[in-house]
Amino acid sequence: MLGKLKQHQFLFEELVKRDFKKKYKRTILGMGWSVLMPLLTLLVMKVVFEQFFGRNMKHYTTYLFCGNLLFCWFSEATNAGMRSLYRNASIFTKVNVPKYLFLFSGSIQTLINFVLTLCVFFVFCALDHVTFTWKFVLLLYPMLTLLVFNMGVGLILSALYMFFRDLDYLWGVFLQLLMYGSAIFYTIDKMPAKTQVVFACNPVYRHIAYFREVVLSGAVPSLETHLTLAGVAVAAFAVGAWMYRHYNTRFLYYV
Amino acid sequence: MSDAKPMLFCQNVSIRYKVGDFKNIGLKEWVMRRLTGRYRVVDFWADRDVSFEVRRGDMLGIIGTNGAGKSTLLKAVSGIMEPTKGRIVRRGKVSALLELGSGFDSDLTVKENAYLRGAMLGYTRKFMNEAYPYIIDFAELKEFEDRTFKQLSSGMKARLAFAIASLVKPEILILDEVLAVGDGAFRKKSEAKMKEIIRGGAATILVTHSLAQVRAMCNKVLWLDKGRQVEFTDDVDGCCARYEAFLSKPSGPVRGGGR
Repeated sequence: MLGKLKQHQFLFEELVKRDFKKKYKRTILGMGWSVLMPLLTLLVMKVVFEQFFGRNMKHYTTYLFCGNLLFCWFSEATNAGMRSLYRNASIFTKVNVPKYLFLFSGSIQTLINFVLTLCVFFVFCALDHVTFTWKFVLLLYPMLTLLVFNMGVGLILSALYMFFRDLDYLWGVFLQLLMYGSAIFYTIDKMPAKTQVVFACNPVYRHIAYFREVVLSGAVPSLETHLTLAGVAVAAFAVGAWMYRHYNTRFLYYV
Repeated sequence: MSDAKPMLFCQNVSIRYKVGDFKNIGLKEWVMRRLTGRYRVVDFWADRDVSFEVRRGDMLGIIGTNGAGKSTLLKAVSGIMEPTKGRIVRRGKVSALLELGSGFDSDLTVKENAYLRGAMLGYTRKFMNEAYPYIIDFAELKEFEDRTFKQLSSGMKARLAFAIASLVKPEILILDEVLAVGDGAFRKKSEAKMKEIIRGGAATILVTHSLAQVRAMCNKVLWLDKGRQVEFTDDVDGCCARYEAFLSKPSGPVRGGGR
């Protein structure tokens, strides 16, 4: 796969450029908008939930932002990823190019967005008097695994979307469920142990928890956490890659 | 100067297409149909038992009515589809220019689209940088360089597409109805360019409805009808005449939708 990627590097770069230009419509404001969106969600959540969940918590804004930051990335990446193959049908039905390039280029797009929001996140951390330690470097790890996980889920969804065009509605509903199940604005430590297991099975929540552990508690997450994050990401990616391989010449029938 | 080995070799190629209810149905529709047993997928042979070969310097014309399986065959040749049966041997890089005007992005400018298309055709950035002035010049679109694609006429799009594509030094070149676009002057220019490429040693496949074009340019013809091979011959004039006679028969060929 990497060798092929190298061979198609020029195409990949051009696709990234195209997606970038289309997304931000060639305006500086366009970029601002995409950072503003998660901030607005954050503001709404802060206003609504602070009275209920944030009263006895230090750094509630940062707690909230950790959840929002990662969940928004996941939601945006999978939503965009889902349509990436279908949207480029006019290309791959005429030219023989590796189809995953479309998804990868979209992933770069959402990654840029994420990094921009991440910068804002650190500003907010500073404003919220969070102590910065060397352990913040560890945050690169969940970012990497979530990137791979997003791409994996994107591969799976984009393949399925070719067959079932109403998948976006279902995925929207699922994302909503996942949002409530990711403990973005509340904490789970007072919940029964059984319920906590459910949260532990949610990869998005695990990534959020990793962030919080490092940023808010200044702790190093366990080895088990590291392995789980990597395992889930690789598994999702493997399933997605297999689907692309398997359906490679069959997507054509469904356009 | 024909080589011993053909550049492209198709042996008993059959391609099965699936048609039926599965397209554009959602998950819930699919589940419903599965449950009620109304889910029907029909296999449809777009091509059956097609065999031909193309050698260096050859220009093969593929003729046939709509729905004869021409486009599907080309998709298999270019590697977008796989033949269900039979085999295709390619001895060289295939460049396919299928439905030239499409596949461009309407929000990008002419220049951006040119680079994107070049990348799709497998050029390098360095090559594109060098070739771009020539491309824009050949397509006569210098003053439209920074316009977005939606502002262009379809003729202009096809011109750009041709200009980019004609730069390939392809070993096997596939042209699907390309030469039929553009006005008279551009057409002359593009035909001259095509001949240059063919002389350069490439093997070319041309799909067209214009028999005049086939007669003028091709040295081999493949005639398909409803997926079946009627003729593969180098008697171009004879085959074209028989095809014309077939077209003007009172019962007439059934015109289906092409894909």
